[in-house]
Amino acid sequence: MTPLKLYPPKPDKVYFFGTCLIDMFYPQAGLDGIRLLEREGIEVVFPDDQTCCGQPAYTSGYHDEARAVAEAQLDLFPEPWPIIVPSGSCGGMMRTHYPQLFAGSGRERQAEDVAGRIFELTEFLVHVCHVRLEDKGEPQRVAMHTSCSARREMGLAETGPALLKQLGNITLVEQARASECCGFGGTFAVRHPEVSAAMVEDKTQAIEAAGADHFVTSDCGCLMNIGGRFDRKRLDGNEGQVGGEHIASYLWRRTS
Amino acid sequence: MSVQSGSPQTYTPQAFHRQAHDALGNPQIRSNFRRAMDGLMGKRRDAFGDWDVETLRELGANIRLRALAKLPDLLEQLEANCQANGIKVHWAEDGEHACRIIRELCEARDARHVIKGKSMVSEEMHLNAHLEDAGIEALESDLGEYLVQLNEQTPSHIIMPAIHLNTEEISDVMHVRTGIERTKDVDALTAAARAQLRERFMAADVGISGVNFAVAETGTLCLVENEGNGRMTTTVPPVHIAVTGIEKVVEHLRDVPPLYALLTRSATGQHVTTYFNMISGPRKPGEHDGPEEVHLVLVDNGRSNIYQDNELLDTLRCIRCGACMNHCPVYTRVGGHTYGTTYPGPIGSILMPHLMGLEATKDLPSASSLCGACGEVCPVKIPIPDLLVRLRKEAVGEGRGNVAGAGVKRDRKEVLAWKSWQWLATHPGAWRAGTGVATKFRTLSPSRLGPWTDYRTAPKPASTSLHALVKQHRREDGREDKQ
Repeated sequence: MTPLKLYPPKPDKVYFFGTCLIDMFYPQAGLDGIRLLEREGIEVVFPDDQTCCGQPAYTSGYHDEARAVAEAQLDLFPEPWPIIVPSGSCGGMMRTHYPQLFAGSGRERQAEDVAGRIFELTEFLVHVCHVRLEDKGEPQRVAMHTSCSARREMGLAETGPALLKQLGNITLVEQARASECCGFGGTFAVRHPEVSAAMVEDKTQAIEAAGADHFVTSDCGCLMNIGGRFDRKRLDGNEGQVGGEHIASYLWRRTS
Repeated sequence: MSVQSGSPQTYTPQAFHRQAHDALGNPQIRSNFRRAMDGLMGKRRDAFGDWDVETLRELGANIRLRALAKLPDLLEQLEANCQANGIKVHWAEDGEHACRIIRELCEARDARHVIKGKSMVSEEMHLNAHLEDAGIEALESDLGEYLVQLNEQTPSHIIMPAIHLNTEEISDVMHVRTGIERTKDVDALTAAARAQLRERFMAADVGISGVNFAVAETGTLCLVENEGNGRMTTTVPPVHIAVTGIEKVVEHLRDVPPLYALLTRSATGQHVTTYFNMISGPRKPGEHDGPEEVHLVLVDNGRSNIYQDNELLDTLRCIRCGACMNHCPVYTRVGGHTYGTTYPGPIGSILMPHLMGLEATKDLPSASSLCGACGEVCPVKIPIPDLLVRLRKEAVGEGRGNVAGAGVKRDRKEVLAWKSWQWLATHPGAWRAGTGVATKFRTLSPSRLGPWTDYRTAPKPASTSLHALVKQHRREDGREDKQ
């Protein structure tokens, strides 16, 4: 049983923390997330000084460096507005690990305050905005890959699929072993490339076998991994590879 | 073919990468583990059925936490109550010490043949090799352990030691080593092993078993098993020696049913095992069976060192169900031997660095995508992913704990890379300029990025960063940033 979480009423303003991967590689996903929120009548504030949540160093064991970077983010959210993160991985870092990183320091209360206001984008759209989506796209068979951090660390296995199910023209297909990791794991993919490759190969095969025309995910790490594997296979001359994108872009594209 | 010829293959944690490479390229290993782990995950799911598994896990975690909080006292209480029951208690500082105690107990009875029930601690201390060096034959009686021993291998899973072998391979092993006809009939293979083992139980001078729960308040040793070999091992020979890690103690008898319910469901998806033994002493006057002597060897072997650390001591909650490996996407793909350690998979990666030091095991804590599947199913809620991260921190020298070999992975180039990243990510102006440069020169970004691009295309910086896109979006909206 997922612990019950009490969600606030829909606010007038929110902060948006775009994440470093989106900033550099998938900015459209960030902008589409902002547009989805604005369409709900919410003013979105994007603190210009944001950089990275600190997770890459944190999971690599470099906690002093991670703490310094996390500390720089803590001051960006002075107003008591919710902080929306279009990634379960960065969201999980900020919600779960910020309080641990700053435990016993002068920043402890601030870290807990920020952690308590973190919402993953699909979580916020479903549980706070109660969005209603009207699908204007062509029929398509779509697979969703929910990141492990969204699924387990944040307990959000259902919010992505809940949004997709509102799209009337698509068929949401479920790939075999949907809850299994795609093999990204941040620096894991670099430190254990062969194991990671075996995992992502299985993931792409499962998505293909489910008959998906397209896949979406709410985490750009998974997108880079799964999408990169499909692209590589396509470049190597294999047919029938599936394209993918961030769920924010997919939702915006089909409903605007 | 799996049957070993010549010297048996040895696996070491130092060679994790090579062993992973070999396992990943071995279709038999891949399919044996995938099939077995899929089956075990399904069985666990079904076994908990409509139980409130989260409440039960919470209960299990609390029982173990309470036992650990009182560990020194409970061990003394266990010792006193065991002695009162006629069980002799021995303390071993490390594996070698424990081996010596057991060998001396065997020698005191002039024992030449030992029959063993399943015990991972005995694997941890390489007991069989030690006894063999002293001219004492130790025969494994758990079917999986027996097959692994016949094949001159080590267990690849803590609950199912021979899970890496399929029926055909088992038939080959038994044919080559014991001379039976090859067959794919599982019942025939089991019957053949049973016939071979039965005589050995009768002839054994000493039986050696593990312990699942040692109950402090009653001095009772609980042994969970399915084959009856545990009961035979602990009742037929004249001497029974139980060996266990010091963390296996629980406070009350009433603590056992919840842990047992969690253990069997998490491990094999069983509601109960075929046998559940509660051993409370040697044969009493007037009784017709049972051993004349019962010994309990309590092994530390690094555990009290783990106990000193407030975070790492959670490792000692483990009740050895193996669910973390059954659900681990890495273990499922590389199998147990790849880890090169007594305990493989996620629990091994958080336990073995303490037993062997981080120098030997430095590649294990990083051999996880931190997907969290292990922590999600752990029946006593060990925060395995957090402990993996903690050990990574120790490995790069930022942990400030007492783990042997801490700092072994600290690499000047990597430190410099993280320091540079830290500088950039704490200087927003430089960060924006940096991402701006990256996006401007995106066509120059390398299309090959080490191992990543062996299997995937390289991510290309976008033409505009999100910072820049948001600014543009605001201009189109006719409102500049007004934060």
